Amino acid sequence: MIDLDTYVQLLGLVQNSIIAGAVLGLVGGLVGVFVMQRDMAFAVHGISELSFAGAAAALLLGVNVVAGSLVGSLIAAVLIGLLGARARDRNSIIGVLMPAGLGLGILFLALYPGRSANKFSLLTGQIIAVDSPQLAWLVGISVVVLVALLLLWRPLTFDSLDPDVAAARGVPSRFVALAFMVLLGLIVAVSVQIIGALLVMALLVTPAAAALRVSASPVLVPVLASVFGLFSAVAGILLAIAGSLPISPYITTISFAIYVACRLIGRASRRGVRVAI
Amino acid sequence: MTAPAGPRAHEHPVRVLDGRVDDERRDGTDVLRLERASLGFGERTLWSGLDLAVKPGEFVAVLGPNGSGKTSLLKTVLGQQPLDSGRVLLEGAPVRRGDRRSGYIPQQKLVPPGTPLRARDLVALGVNGHRFGLPLPRRGERERVDELLASVGATSYADRPVGSLSGGEQQRLRVGQALADDPVLLLCDEPLLSLDLAHQRGVSELIDRRRREHDTAVLFVTHDINPILDKVDRILYLAGGRFREGTPDEVLHGDVLSGLYGSPVDVFRSHGRVVVVGVPEAETHAHDHHHPDEHPGIHA
Repeated sequence: MIDLDTYVQLLGLVQNSIIAGAVLGLVGGLVGVFVMQRDMAFAVHGISELSFAGAAAALLLGVNVVAGSLVGSLIAAVLIGLLGARARDRNSIIGVLMPAGLGLGILFLALYPGRSANKFSLLTGQIIAVDSPQLAWLVGISVVVLVALLLLWRPLTFDSLDPDVAAARGVPSRFVALAFMVLLGLIVAVSVQIIGALLVMALLVTPAAAALRVSASPVLVPVLASVFGLFSAVAGILLAIAGSLPISPYITTISFAIYVACRLIGRASRRGVRVAI
Repeated sequence: MTAPAGPRAHEHPVRVLDGRVDDERRDGTDVLRLERASLGFGERTLWSGLDLAVKPGEFVAVLGPNGSGKTSLLKTVLGQQPLDSGRVLLEGAPVRRGDRRSGYIPQQKLVPPGTPLRARDLVALGVNGHRFGLPLPRRGERERVDELLASVGATSYADRPVGSLSGGEQQRLRVGQALADDPVLLLCDEPLLSLDLAHQRGVSELIDRRRREHDTAVLFVTHDINPILDKVDRILYLAGGRFREGTPDEVLHGDVLSGLYGSPVDVFRSHGRVVVVGVPEAETHAHDHHHPDEHPGIHA
């Protein structure tokens, strides 16, 4: 362990990382609510592997890693959105894209002559490895996703629940579905930088899944999901800098613990009186 | 226009109208009109030369075996499926996608438990679900949703999660959702499927009451006429690339259906129920050996 003075010093150094983690946790939780409703957890995983490939390519070419990650993410998201309108098609497309992306990423990393810490961080995350201008980018992208998601909120809810009826009521389903995929691609690219391609779901799936266990309110679920996401990310970073372990396992463990707790609470409340929250 | 001349011409039944029906809907112009409408996929003709006129307050059931194009007919009216030829007119103008003058009630598809929506939110989607922008409530929306919930008898479970409700309760909410904009036409795609008898009656009575009180035209796709037999004014029966349209007594006849299917079909009536026996198995897939250009059943 380290003493308090050193911790405070470190805290100053990673201040930006904490802000980025907080914003990602919050927005990721919100996006997760729709990931769950649209049954897209597997898509999140697929997009993150292509995002990893993009980032690895950028590393190899010596260009901006966030940009590379974004390009990979968006290509995957749009492909899945265009080719996989139906759930069954979607899963097969993701199943095909995922190993291709992961394989390419590993190839690029193998060719990359630089520090191996950089390589590893793309898969399992290390926000400290991201410098300030890039952090600004991550926060900026997250905010864009947040605003766009709020503007899309109602049509997206309708389309997630019942695309046929939504289309009949004037929701431009294709546009809404594709727009959501783009937002998902953007937020995945940010998450890959912070917790790594393999662990993206801890911030994009777990918090929302936990929230859905304890509430069915259209207001409370998104609020809880963002609070859970934010808490996991920030607490994970704060714990990690006190020790020598990487950040990701802290974030994933906290996020998982919240989920388990919510399951237990949900079960208890279903047994007792149903609370209409 | 399309109504056959002679004794079979369909009079628009006289209804008790309440004060809310405006004159435009009452003057007898057709809410929905299909003119020489044809649709097929590849080699297969679903229907061709289809003429249909639905007046305000009329309840028209669309019957037929699987694959006869019942759902495609609805998609056409919803503006989601272009015709091969002919026209579909809603209140005199060609239909367009997402037209909020028609309300759509889909097949009962259970909302999974854990969906973060309460009963009132499902109905609210009918009011504002198409609107982009920050999801903040507007004035009057809550009252409108309460009104819709009351009109479908869902007030008592308005705040319960949708996923915890029975299929019948969910289907009532879908009716409420479809009525959000006071539609002139209700399009129902097997809305009673997999509901128990009590809920079948409840939901079909809601739809029937709506057209009686508000003169809303109803196009009701179903494979089973019995739950709505006492409510329908006319039946459009689609089979084998052909169709027949008329009152239930006219269409639900052994001779008529035998003509449509091209093989002997019997229709039995017992205790107010209709049973159709002898529908050929192959009807669900192969239509090629029929002659799609002929319509022996029409206006015969």
